Amino acid sequence: MVDSEIILQTDGLTKEFKGFVAVKEVALKVRRGTIHALIGPNGAGKTTCFNLLTKFLPPTAGHIHYKGAEITRAAPADIARMGLVRSFQISAVFGHLNALENVRVALQRRLATSFQFWKSERTLDQLNGRAEELLAAVGLQDFRDYLAIELPYGRKRALEIATTLALDPEMLLLDEPTAGMGHEDVGRIAQLIKKVAKDRTVLMVEHNLSVVADLSDRITVLARGEIIAEGSYAEVSRDPQVRQAYMGSTDVEAGHG
Amino acid sequence: MTTLHGATAATGDSGRAQIVAFLIMTGLLIAAPAVIYPIFLMKALCFALFACAFNLLLGFGGLVSFGHAAFLGTAGYVSAHAAKEWGLPPELAILGGTAAATLLGLVFGLIAIRRQGIYFAMVTLALSQMVYFYCLQAPFTGGEDGIQAVPRGMMFGFIDLRQTMTLYAVVLTIFLGAFLLIYRTIHSPFGQVLKAIRENEPRAISLGYRVDHYKLLAFVLSAAISGLAGATKSLVFQLATLTDVHWSMSGEVVLMTLLGGLGTIFGPVVGAFVIVAMQNYLAQFGAWVTIIQGAIFVICVLLFRRGIIGELGRVLKKAL
Repeated sequence: MVDSEIILQTDGLTKEFKGFVAVKEVALKVRRGTIHALIGPNGAGKTTCFNLLTKFLPPTAGHIHYKGAEITRAAPADIARMGLVRSFQISAVFGHLNALENVRVALQRRLATSFQFWKSERTLDQLNGRAEELLAAVGLQDFRDYLAIELPYGRKRALEIATTLALDPEMLLLDEPTAGMGHEDVGRIAQLIKKVAKDRTVLMVEHNLSVVADLSDRITVLARGEIIAEGSYAEVSRDPQVRQAYMGSTDVEAGHG
Repeated sequence: MTTLHGATAATGDSGRAQIVAFLIMTGLLIAAPAVIYPIFLMKALCFALFACAFNLLLGFGGLVSFGHAAFLGTAGYVSAHAAKEWGLPPELAILGGTAAATLLGLVFGLIAIRRQGIYFAMVTLALSQMVYFYCLQAPFTGGEDGIQAVPRGMMFGFIDLRQTMTLYAVVLTIFLGAFLLIYRTIHSPFGQVLKAIRENEPRAISLGYRVDHYKLLAFVLSAAISGLAGATKSLVFQLATLTDVHWSMSGEVVLMTLLGGLGTIFGPVVGAFVIVAMQNYLAQFGAWVTIIQGAIFVICVLLFRRGIIGELGRVLKKAL
């Protein structure tokens, strides 16, 4: 029934907040191995949509299928165990753990010793090699002993990506990966996303349209909770409805969120 | 609560500093009875253990409980009853009290753990008030009188707890053992996940951790160690009373922990000693003790938010 090319699919996905419809009958199909962007003006329901997909919010109606299995009622931690891992809009690091420990927390779940309060944390040292590799992959090899809270913003996001990659997820959901970043950091993170997306599927919400244009294979445009257009960047940027939706909030051609 | 944490950078030599601090603490506690009244020391040790258990939950798990008196008090009643009415030896009485607190912690935890922040705190407060009123009415607790003249007995059949210094050695051993257990818990694979949940719960969920299970285990551990403190205390004073289940006891442990340093290893011990000493030596001022305590709490929150040990750790640039 479900196309194996489609890794994530929603039908009629709807979320109402006390009479206000934030997301309305969204039918989204994400192809395996692609970078798929979800864009739209402020208040279009992108983040709500994201929270529905990762189970941080329960939908009012509709269904979500991931790899052919229905996950509409699954718990958020279980989604992560199935290989669908999200990032957050505000950088989500563990502030008072150092960079190495941040990545290691993600790695240690597989050891299945995480409830063992009588064991020394030195038993986690076997994961340090892998954690250092992941830090190096995002250019943080010199920061392993820094507390995450001490890192500059762009580095925090890189650390977050390294932590996410530690789970080796099949599919990444990135919530505004370049939000609040300086120009230099944006370029670095975009490169990083390209690199990690090589053998994965990525669905991202992104405001920076030059990043979207550069990275995405396919783009879905949301406005007022509904899908108004879908296609390649060239296609959606020509769509009159999209141009109208963006008018006054963001200039599509200028390419800055 | 993150901003209140005394924890500074977990640098390599903090581990060594903590070992040195532990040896100093142990040395002081061994030498102390030579100059300080041992019953006072034992009281302070029981409260220090109670505060350490509370700190495990709040400082490392980020969970605010306003109902910890229920664990301290229930364990006290159960072990006092077991020793006096059932004639159990002290080791079994303590074990029984601790087990009762552990079970109670499991029940509290299962009910409260799904709520966050202030709602969690309120649920624990409500449940502990139920325990208080039960203890007030139940026949075995002796109501307003409590359970008095609890026999100390012979531990393992050959350690005579009626000797004050022997009792002190046993209490100190219990304290140090539980203190090391807490230290290990903080520095275990479980402790790492617990700290991650404290720092960023949604992120921990998104990494696949079922955070409620970890919080529940932290809560039960904290309740168990609080119970151990309460059970030991009832043997030291040969008394179990309503004071230990009263809500003000739940507040006192917050005060001890914050004063000493939330999220530090040694802070709760220092905080407990300071508060117990104040209650002891300022007792002549009567009701003023509460006012003085309140003033100290306000000063602590305004001027040194990291607590005594938290500020010391900051000056020394070491996590204590």
